[in-house]
Amino acid sequence: MSTHATPPEGYDVSREHMLDFKVEEQLLQVVETDAKNFILTTVDEVFNWARLSSVWPVTFGLACCAIEMMATSATRYDIDRFGAGAFRATPRQADLMIVSGTVTAKMATRLKLIYDQMPEPKWVIAMGSCAIGGGPYFKYGYHVVKGVDFIVPVDVYVPGCPPRPEVLLDGLMRLQDKIRGRKGRFITPKWVTDYAKLIPYRK
Amino acid sequence: MANESTRVNAAGLFSGRGWHDQDHVPGIKSELLELNMGPQHPATHGVLRLLLQTDGEIVYKVTPVLGYLHRCAEKIAEGVNYKQWVVYTDRFDYLAPMCCNHAYVTAVEKLMGQEVPERAEHIRVAVSELSRIASHLIALATFGLDMGAWTPLLYCFREREEILNLLERISGGRMLYNYMIPGGVRYDVPNDNWVADVLDFVDLMEHNKLPEYNTLLTYNKIFIERTADVGIIDAATAVDYGCTGPVLRGSGVDFDCRRDDPYSVYHKFDWQVQVGRGEMGAVGDCWDRYIVRAREIEQSCRIIRQALQQLPEGSYQALALKAIVKVPAGAAYTRVESAKGELGHYIISDGGQTAFRNKVRSPSFCNLQVVEKVGVGQMVSDLVALVGSLDIVLGEIDR
Repeated sequence: MSTHATPPEGYDVSREHMLDFKVEEQLLQVVETDAKNFILTTVDEVFNWARLSSVWPVTFGLACCAIEMMATSATRYDIDRFGAGAFRATPRQADLMIVSGTVTAKMATRLKLIYDQMPEPKWVIAMGSCAIGGGPYFKYGYHVVKGVDFIVPVDVYVPGCPPRPEVLLDGLMRLQDKIRGRKGRFITPKWVTDYAKLIPYRK
Repeated sequence: MANESTRVNAAGLFSGRGWHDQDHVPGIKSELLELNMGPQHPATHGVLRLLLQTDGEIVYKVTPVLGYLHRCAEKIAEGVNYKQWVVYTDRFDYLAPMCCNHAYVTAVEKLMGQEVPERAEHIRVAVSELSRIASHLIALATFGLDMGAWTPLLYCFREREEILNLLERISGGRMLYNYMIPGGVRYDVPNDNWVADVLDFVDLMEHNKLPEYNTLLTYNKIFIERTADVGIIDAATAVDYGCTGPVLRGSGVDFDCRRDDPYSVYHKFDWQVQVGRGEMGAVGDCWDRYIVRAREIEQSCRIIRQALQQLPEGSYQALALKAIVKVPAGAAYTRVESAKGELGHYIISDGGQTAFRNKVRSPSFCNLQVVEKVGVGQMVSDLVALVGSLDIVLGEIDR
């Protein structure tokens, strides 16, 4: 099965990342013979495909963002569509830690302990500006850790105070990109900037 | 279930049969088990840590350990000006941020001697009550979750998303709003049919959704078995420990700041304070606190309907939107009825741009202390019911 060297007619390059079937094409190369079908792939790709399809987060709600994390897992947004809906109460069964909220100096040791208890491979999403860098408590917050990446390695940063559930879902998809082995797409697509111009701002 | 005999046993009189009197068996020595519940625990509603001493399955001693979410908000009040600190009040009780905004701006206005336009007061009451409904929905949902019922969470979040949409349309923020300012509210009611949409939602909530919750959870046999006669807080204990809000009213004490110490325009509206009546068990059990919240949603709907139907014309801000508010020297204390209870702000001003000291009396902090007394003698699983029914939020406890 050939991959496209140049985009075909009418193919919008800027929206390429939205077409996930391209990835599946690259992942599994189906070879048809007379007798049987074979699937040729690498072990790594199959394992990573399995991992990204069932990322189990640990229940680690810290502050305000935890409520948005609950909202993401609840009715309207339903994080289970992306395979990450099984929130585990114990770190031993989880492979993703969503640090949702302010990390204080007292909580930091517990956070490290919980991270250490998670089995490899494991990933961390820093959710909200507090977890990214202290947020509104940066200047005077004497008890607030200025970023969870001082304590554990972070894979994806999700900005916002608190981030909307859509943004958390996007962060999860970027994490899945990372697990899959693709480079993250950090350039904002043109259609997003175009759409953002249409949003009316209040006085 | 923790009946009277187990309560007496765990209080120190090891007279009953069973496995707490193993000391009486010669050659076998038993001791209390120390158990950490939290800070990472799904049933502690955040990062609360309960240090338990258990005698088998029965709780012998409970000690809440706080400070895992101490975010220095009161200290920050000394560094940022009065308008900027509204942002931090949002993050106290992040389930009902509008009530927290309301408590703070009333204190600043009292200090300034600032009158607020009637229209702004009506808008404030409406959004505060919407926020209260959202908070109570989370309380119902997580309490059901603690009792092992997952489905109510999905139902409650469905309605909460509608409230968040409405509040987003008026304030621009989805969950934390920064909406009220000293002297009014930040934006007027949007002219895209917002009032009619809120009234529609309120009707739907009162007539369709609340009966749905009642069918699903309130009168569910399993739920009643888990909550009735569990975690009984009698009226004297509730008053002694300074409990307020649904915890106090669940114990049968008829007190509500909105009626008994009226602020804003609550005196204009017709509604009723709900108290626990002990319908399923003793007065002040977990089921009573639950039903008080469920019925308060109904009363909030009534308040919202009246506040928006009587919405007067006029300005929504007394002051032009200036960046810095100057406050004369002095001190002021105001209290409002937040979703969790009585939320008070005590501000000392020395005449500058920032407060000299800002002390917050948070309801969850006082409500939580009661577990030290009531939690003793219960099963560990009933302690989960007790903590869930108190509906604490840790952002407000540690601040």
